[in-house]
Amino acid sequence: MNLRDTIKSVVKDHLTTGHKAYGQCLTAVGWVGGTLPEMYEEHGMVELSMADVAGGGFVVGAALAGGRPMYIIRYQGFNWFNAPIILNYACKSKELWGRACPLFIRSIAMEGAIGPVAGSSHHSLYFRMPGVKIFSPMTSWEYRDCYRRFMEDDEVYYISEHRGAFGNSSELPNVLEDSPDFVLLPISITRFAAMEATKILAADHGLRVSVIHQYQLKPYKLNAASQVASAKFGSVVIDDDYADGIARSIAQRYHESIPACKPVYSLGLDDRSAGFASHLDNLPPSPQKIVEFVLSKCSRE
Amino acid sequence: MDGRGDETVSGWSKALITLTHEQLKKVLSKALLVRRFEERVYEEVRRGRVKIPVYLAAGQEMTAATLAVIYENLGIKPNIFIQHRGHSTYLSFGGAPKALAHELMGLPDGCAGGMGGSASIQSIEANIYGHDGLMGSHVPIAVGFAYEMRHPTICFVGDAAGEEDYSLTAIGWASTKNLPILFVIEDNNLSILTEKQVRRNWEISDVASSMKLPHVRYLTDSSPTEIANNFPVSTKAPALLNICTNRKFWHAGAGSDQPNYDEIDPLLQLIKHLMHNETAAWLKDQESLIADIINEAWN
Repeated sequence: MNLRDTIKSVVKDHLTTGHKAYGQCLTAVGWVGGTLPEMYEEHGMVELSMADVAGGGFVVGAALAGGRPMYIIRYQGFNWFNAPIILNYACKSKELWGRACPLFIRSIAMEGAIGPVAGSSHHSLYFRMPGVKIFSPMTSWEYRDCYRRFMEDDEVYYISEHRGAFGNSSELPNVLEDSPDFVLLPISITRFAAMEATKILAADHGLRVSVIHQYQLKPYKLNAASQVASAKFGSVVIDDDYADGIARSIAQRYHESIPACKPVYSLGLDDRSAGFASHLDNLPPSPQKIVEFVLSKCSRE
Repeated sequence: MDGRGDETVSGWSKALITLTHEQLKKVLSKALLVRRFEERVYEEVRRGRVKIPVYLAAGQEMTAATLAVIYENLGIKPNIFIQHRGHSTYLSFGGAPKALAHELMGLPDGCAGGMGGSASIQSIEANIYGHDGLMGSHVPIAVGFAYEMRHPTICFVGDAAGEEDYSLTAIGWASTKNLPILFVIEDNNLSILTEKQVRRNWEISDVASSMKLPHVRYLTDSSPTEIANNFPVSTKAPALLNICTNRKFWHAGAGSDQPNYDEIDPLLQLIKHLMHNETAAWLKDQESLIADIINEAWN
């Protein structure tokens, strides 16, 4: 089963067990990348008005009422409107008032010819705030795992999805090298590019490169500590959000925890706005870009 | 009419509630509790026991006190969403005075454990939900809550917070989904000190009417009788009441909306009205009872 069908199954299970999913244009052609079952308001699939800021407030209210809603945001960039009430109410409610506000946010990224807002992931927007857990599942097992955690928890979950992974049917195990030359810590869709880059670096350049997938982003666990500590030339956190966010924060965490480690870099979108034309787009690091980055750092030694 | 806006009636169906003398006495008791509590807060700010920003509700207590009595009479315990300047709602609907006093002093047994201060108070026992500080954010939250719960909900909104784009669209969605929510616009004509006519040329009741909210009403008189007479016929459908008020104190008691406040004070007017049929002894007893409650809360 690919990720698309897994998500559809999870949503269906959520609705058939008495919960609701909210969003805009849910029943439009394609049902949000094919990730929604064909269900309607009477089944718990709630079409909201096109008011993004208020929509975020509606689901917070539903969560406060104990509904454990899913909230589907079809472009992650729309969080610039959807996030304020979620981050300032749902994420703080338990701490301020002792009232939990569990909410499962399906926030969907895509890439390519989609302009300056709708493209890429925007999970760093949530990362700096307290009271939220952030996951970026790219496989079926990971998706079911974060949904299970949510249903056993009473927190706000931000699920950073990517349309590029919906067709994925494989799990993504870490690549562990003894005494690696370099370590890649990729997030979201860059995990696939990182795997490709590792093969190129080994085959064409003889480099031993480890890949430690970054699925749980907040609270962050130093799941690559031993690899980062033993890397010969360094490590890099790779993201399809701007580097000045989660990627750089995670890199800093390793430096704080392992003072003697080689540099931990961050690599993400270029620091500029994306245009629609292909030559003006701003895409996540490709396998080739990752290869060039690693080679540039290894050649410094 | 005070020139703030024209009375708007759109498909209004009144419950035509007439408060009995006993019910008016209940309103007065609640309003007196709020007024004396707020006067005490004013003193405690001056004394330095309250060190945080406070948003006093003195002067607009009649709205919450009247609605609380109406809902009690209907046998309904509503879910309530408030924002800053919500002490009157909190106390009228049964929030514990001591928990509020302790909250204002930042004590751990305050109604929000000291986290909420004056602006973000709550009462779990009274179904009152706190506000996060983003103006008007509680309007869509209340609407989503009402959608999920399908239980009568009241959302108290200031005339400035009601201007927020998400407040207006939330009112629209409540209308679309025919939700059991009463929006109460507490309209003192001011945002800080900027008058409505400087900020906009429309009334929130106009917008609500255009959104086909089943019931919309603009009240320039915030007396209990007027509020009760215009209470919507159903608590199961959305409605909006824009009620004009005047603050006796600004934030932390810095000033007043009206220079000669006693001349328009709705509390004094209600006392005057009731004293036609009531003894001075009853009022004295009430004042004494309330003084005990407030002293116990603050001591």
